[in-house]
Amino acid sequence: MSDDNLLVDATTKIFEDLCDPQNINAAKDGSWKQLLWNALEESGLTSAWVPEEFGGAGASISDGFRIIEVAGKFAVPIALPETLLGGWLLSNANINIPKGIMAVAPTRPRDKLTIHSSGTLNGQVRGVPFASEADHIVAAIEDAGSTKVALVAKNNCEIKSFSGLSGDPRDTILFDNVGTISIQKLQGDLSYRSVKLMGATIRSLQIGGALMAILELATEHAKTRVAFEKPIAKFQAVQHNLAKLANETAAAVAVANSAADTLANSPDNEQAIFFEASSAKIRTGEAVGEGTAIAHQVLGAIGFTEEHILHRFTQRLWDWRDDFGNESEWAVELGALIAENGADELWPLLTTR
Amino acid sequence: MSQSINFDPIRLPPEAEELRLEVREFLAEEIANGSFNPSSSILKSGFDREFSKRVGKRGWIGMTWPKKYGGQERSFLERYVVTEEFRSQNAPVTCHFTADRQSGPVLLKYAQEHIKLDILPRITAGDCCFCIGLSEPNSGSDLFAASTKATPTTGGYLINGTKLWTSNAHQADYMIGLFRTSPPTKENRRHGLTQFLVDLKQPNITINPVRNMAGKHDFNEVVFDDLFIPEDHLLGEVDSAWKQATSELAYERSGPERFLETYYMLPELVRVLGKQPDIRAKEGVGRLVAQLHTLRRMSVSVNGMLQAGKEPVLEGSIVKDVGTIWEQALPSKARELASFIDDEPGNRTNFDELLQFSTNIAPKLTIQGGTTEVLRGIIARGLGLR
Repeated sequence: MSDDNLLVDATTKIFEDLCDPQNINAAKDGSWKQLLWNALEESGLTSAWVPEEFGGAGASISDGFRIIEVAGKFAVPIALPETLLGGWLLSNANINIPKGIMAVAPTRPRDKLTIHSSGTLNGQVRGVPFASEADHIVAAIEDAGSTKVALVAKNNCEIKSFSGLSGDPRDTILFDNVGTISIQKLQGDLSYRSVKLMGATIRSLQIGGALMAILELATEHAKTRVAFEKPIAKFQAVQHNLAKLANETAAAVAVANSAADTLANSPDNEQAIFFEASSAKIRTGEAVGEGTAIAHQVLGAIGFTEEHILHRFTQRLWDWRDDFGNESEWAVELGALIAENGADELWPLLTTR
Repeated sequence: MSQSINFDPIRLPPEAEELRLEVREFLAEEIANGSFNPSSSILKSGFDREFSKRVGKRGWIGMTWPKKYGGQERSFLERYVVTEEFRSQNAPVTCHFTADRQSGPVLLKYAQEHIKLDILPRITAGDCCFCIGLSEPNSGSDLFAASTKATPTTGGYLINGTKLWTSNAHQADYMIGLFRTSPPTKENRRHGLTQFLVDLKQPNITINPVRNMAGKHDFNEVVFDDLFIPEDHLLGEVDSAWKQATSELAYERSGPERFLETYYMLPELVRVLGKQPDIRAKEGVGRLVAQLHTLRRMSVSVNGMLQAGKEPVLEGSIVKDVGTIWEQALPSKARELASFIDDEPGNRTNFDELLQFSTNIAPKLTIQGGTTEVLRGIIARGLGLR
């Protein structure tokens, strides 16, 4: 068995043991969070994208994406993908990676931070997942034609707590002349947009993973839930709805993995990365709408309760599709490129991938 | 999951990309020579035997088949590239496409050797056209309710009955027909149908046109009145079509033609919108392109599975379901997004002509080759629900 599968297996095992959605849903307190984080940190998963020479696990981009997809499958309610992204950013800016939880800002495309001549950060960013739980914030800033990465201690920031639908923190951070631990240029050909596209791909994979989970929940329910003297799976209407959910899940998983493959294997191909990652975020965002509606329809009133775990997935899906650009935002950018290139360049672009 | 759904991010190999350039060159030459016009060819019948012969000369028909039968032993992924490039230019492939996609593979698997040696090289040469004799007046989606009879007689069978919706029968040389040789059994309602090779040039066959609402003659009614079919034209085993049809359908449903039939509306839309459309149009185009890219990635993945010798029935059905819904909706979406483009001075004439046509044929896209409802039944079975 290849290393990749071992990594997925190890991650899955930790989530099965310490992050089972049923157990988390029924938990009386939040003590499971620290146990889960410790296990992930001990196994190197939280530093997957930090090279070994920087003290990280040094896993490949591919491997990191696989971990993230599994995290989506379990609707993991901690800042694991965010910490991976933070580690990737800091490594690509030659900044030492701190231990602990990282949140990444901005998460919304139109939120912008600025750097004062004294090197302090200013600006407001909204909807930052897990900012209040983080030890550090990793910020990307566009500054005079280049992209800077800043490492900031969370406690130096003013944080207003907000919750996503899932209850996961999605906070507003106010940077008011905030000092940084370090601030460096993003290396190589990476740009501000690269950061957004990386975030978009991460979320696309989480969406694909969570859709796989709700497809499983819905089909299992349909096979066992009896109504009118037979499992509801025997009704054609239910079968066709679940087929549509399978379609949306397949589309999401396919396009997200295609984007991940592009980032992993063609890291210097800016056009390809933009095309694939924006398409992935658009299409997975669209899949969330129809997919969550069908899963809830099949699971009926039971699936609408707090006690049932379906909401753990659907609420996160509704949160995630808004992160790192929603469908409309990316579609406008992609459409602008297509229009600018002209009709005759459309087919050539599609067939480069 | 009862059955896992697999769509690995397969990439087309370098030899497939080299082939793509050759195909583009060929098509550019053909267009320059006037053999077809991509802006209007979709409005015509698409049947051009001489064009098919030129395609055959390049070795692009039956390209995955053994060389012994006129094939090139090339990969499914190479065939994929040829198929999608031809579709992107609206090239007239009607004469050879059905034979290439499914009739040839059926013969390869189930025909007797002398039949294969006779017919397959004619297909690869682009000089042999096939149609599909499955549907009847009283059976379409319910394939195994077919009732056109094949009665044993000296040296073969006598065929009596009618096939309907047979696309292109009026121009085809052969049909692969599904005929009833036995009644169904209690244990297996699909038992009793047999696949036959039918020479359409025989007497005792009457082909009547059935015009569609777009004014095109694609469909036909094919009436058999004591048509004699020799014994050696039976394909595979008698009464065994139910076993033999599955892989044929996986092939039939796996190709890019299943979401590219109205593709031309997308570049036409981009053309009329111009270089700097408003934000609404940008969003619309961006979404359509993301959706198409996704379909394409899924489809390449399915063909990668075919290349690896698998039978991706579930995945093929998913791609056809999502793909046909998409291509069906495309004309209307293009219409909406072009709402504010004025038609002076004739800048949207071609767009409007293609829009009318694609709107008119759109209904058939989720019916032909397996309806949406049938596909979703197959997907449901793959999920363990049936």
